[in-house]
Amino acid sequence: MANRVFVTGIGIICAIGNNAGETLASLQTNRSGIQPLTILDTIYRGELPAGEIKLTNEQLAEMAGITDLEMHTRTALLGMIAAGEALKDAGIDPKDSHFRTGISSASTVGGMDRTEINYRNYHQGAPYSNFILTHGCNDHTEKIAVSYGFRDMVTTMSTACSSSANSIMFGTRLIRHGIIDRVLAGGTDALSKFTLNGFNTLMILDKKPCRPFDKNRMGLNLGEGAAFLVLESEKALRDRTPLCELSGFANANDAYHQTASSPDGSGPFLSMSRALESCGLKPCDIDYVNAHGTGTDNNDFTEGIAIERVFGKKIPYVSSTKPFTGHTLGAAGAVEAVISVLSITNSILFPNLNFREKIDELSFEPLKEMVTGIRLKHVLSNSFGFGGNDSTLILSSC
Amino acid sequence: MLITQYCLIKPPEIRLNGSVIFDHPTSEPPEFLKSAYRNLKINYPKFFKMDALCKLAFLSAEVLLKNQEITHRYDAQEIGIILQNSSSSLETDEKHQESINDRQNYFPSPSVFVYTLPNVMVGEIAIKHRIKGENAVLICKMPDARQLYEYVYDHFLQNRFKCCITGRVESYHNKTSVSLMLVEKEETATSLVKPKKMCIFDLSNFERIFNKAI
Amino acid sequence: MEELIEKLKKEIIQVLNLEEVKPEDIDSDMALFGDGLGLDSIDVLELIVLLQKEYGIKIKDPKEGRRIFTSVRTMAEYILENQNK
Repeated sequence: MANRVFVTGIGIICAIGNNAGETLASLQTNRSGIQPLTILDTIYRGELPAGEIKLTNEQLAEMAGITDLEMHTRTALLGMIAAGEALKDAGIDPKDSHFRTGISSASTVGGMDRTEINYRNYHQGAPYSNFILTHGCNDHTEKIAVSYGFRDMVTTMSTACSSSANSIMFGTRLIRHGIIDRVLAGGTDALSKFTLNGFNTLMILDKKPCRPFDKNRMGLNLGEGAAFLVLESEKALRDRTPLCELSGFANANDAYHQTASSPDGSGPFLSMSRALESCGLKPCDIDYVNAHGTGTDNNDFTEGIAIERVFGKKIPYVSSTKPFTGHTLGAAGAVEAVISVLSITNSILFPNLNFREKIDELSFEPLKEMVTGIRLKHVLSNSFGFGGNDSTLILSSC
Repeated sequence: MLITQYCLIKPPEIRLNGSVIFDHPTSEPPEFLKSAYRNLKINYPKFFKMDALCKLAFLSAEVLLKNQEITHRYDAQEIGIILQNSSSSLETDEKHQESINDRQNYFPSPSVFVYTLPNVMVGEIAIKHRIKGENAVLICKMPDARQLYEYVYDHFLQNRFKCCITGRVESYHNKTSVSLMLVEKEETATSLVKPKKMCIFDLSNFERIFNKAI
Repeated sequence: MEELIEKLKKEIIQVLNLEEVKPEDIDSDMALFGDGLGLDSIDVLELIVLLQKEYGIKIKDPKEGRRIFTSVRTMAEYILENQNK
């Protein structure tokens, strides 16, 4: 019999808040973090808005209690801050040897935010520098592991925009099968010129704040952030009250194109359907879908079709919170899982900002206004990545 | 479960179930990959758009899956793809970075950027063979057979899939190597071309094959 | 015009990695997308970069791309109309 998995703590830092409390306050007051770029040194300042965290690396290091900035990338600093908050929120110490505790994290940018700055110097013959050691996606996980004392399992996922949904899935599995008792699961990604230029060349960035599920949507806004859930087994929980339960999940491949999703929403349909199957729920049991909803022509149409295929005529509330935070790439799954937890614990649904007119081919509209005082039993969160990697998580109230 | 097929690539050789099926005079990755494509008579023009990592993953899957008809024997979502490597998509990351280095003269290429993610190699295999089951790429500093084995084994146990393409695909400049395995549930593992070395999917066999190409 | 068309064919083959295609295989009026040369959405973006890099023409909306890149001839016509604007 598989162990149940509970969420006992959350931590987050993103464009709308340096912690869960600030993030919640912004969500409740429609305060979007999509702003002109001021920290990232890029030629696109003034041209492309993003969900940028308005703190320099020095300020982040101070928040994280780090003194050797040279060995810590922005991605790692964000991760450490969010990890610290989640662990404190859950009230657990990874060093406590009564329980096997691991970390399952994710990133796509890794240390690229630092590497891209130093790369040119390196090629011009600068001596070997320690920044090279911080490049990999795994670096931040190891920094968090060392800093907080994780010993039993340390691992990192990297599957594009579904990365941290997959790392949460992995953490959940470890607990379900009794391999580990507690996992800090989530991910982190910082803004970088690498990704900004890359997405710009794919011509899917909106020069204005994004409009998911809107007929006239023009693309996505990039964002940065880190978020973690503390997941625990029932045994580790003892008599504490959890925030909610991680009750279901699934992953599937769209098998259509390297970056575009299939016109019939095959991959998203499979990940949502199988997530429901994984916890024995029916579509009508879902109260809210936190959509991947990037604001691109392709994703929103495809995800919309897939939602219609899964839910038929009874489509639950749907919103994308990316107009608040931007698309935080590898961290998106975790950022949106934390937002889903905030929805459940506060009985609030957050709106899909900037929506005006529905997509012609779809039958539904996303949520336009915040809804309060709503009891949420089951929330479904989607994260779809390049390479057709599609993941869905289901969180349930306890 | 059984390991029904395995493909090892270490330029200049490609081996299927232990036998050499391709041997190229040069180990240089670009020539090696294109030559293997031609020699194996694969007809898939999109191959040439892929970066080296995806070409390698694609080729090894072509060799592994030839005549296996897995999509006839399993539903698309019953087949998973779980791969591991150490260098992620680093070679292509560098290429993309080069194209944006010069602030005055930069022309990032969309088709290069698309490949700056390690899991696109899974996508390429999935697209060609219409595979829709669970998929992931694990990045480990050093090759870790046990981690991959346990991950895949657990998925079988939980019925997440009935067939899995798994192993290590590494491509970074001249460091090219693949150990790719086809793992199937015993009751459905009928190999149409009887392999000589079908064996039990246990840690010892898995490690043995996994480590052959390192 | 014909010279530009021949030049474009070589450039298309090069930037899109159409390794098995020779310039003489591409008919000047053949559809580049769909059943013709079978190009996809990423290829449109690469051709947009080509137009900017080699011909100094900036296309803002990728949807325009499909129309401009209908065939090598329509590409050439667009370049001649818009170069140095």
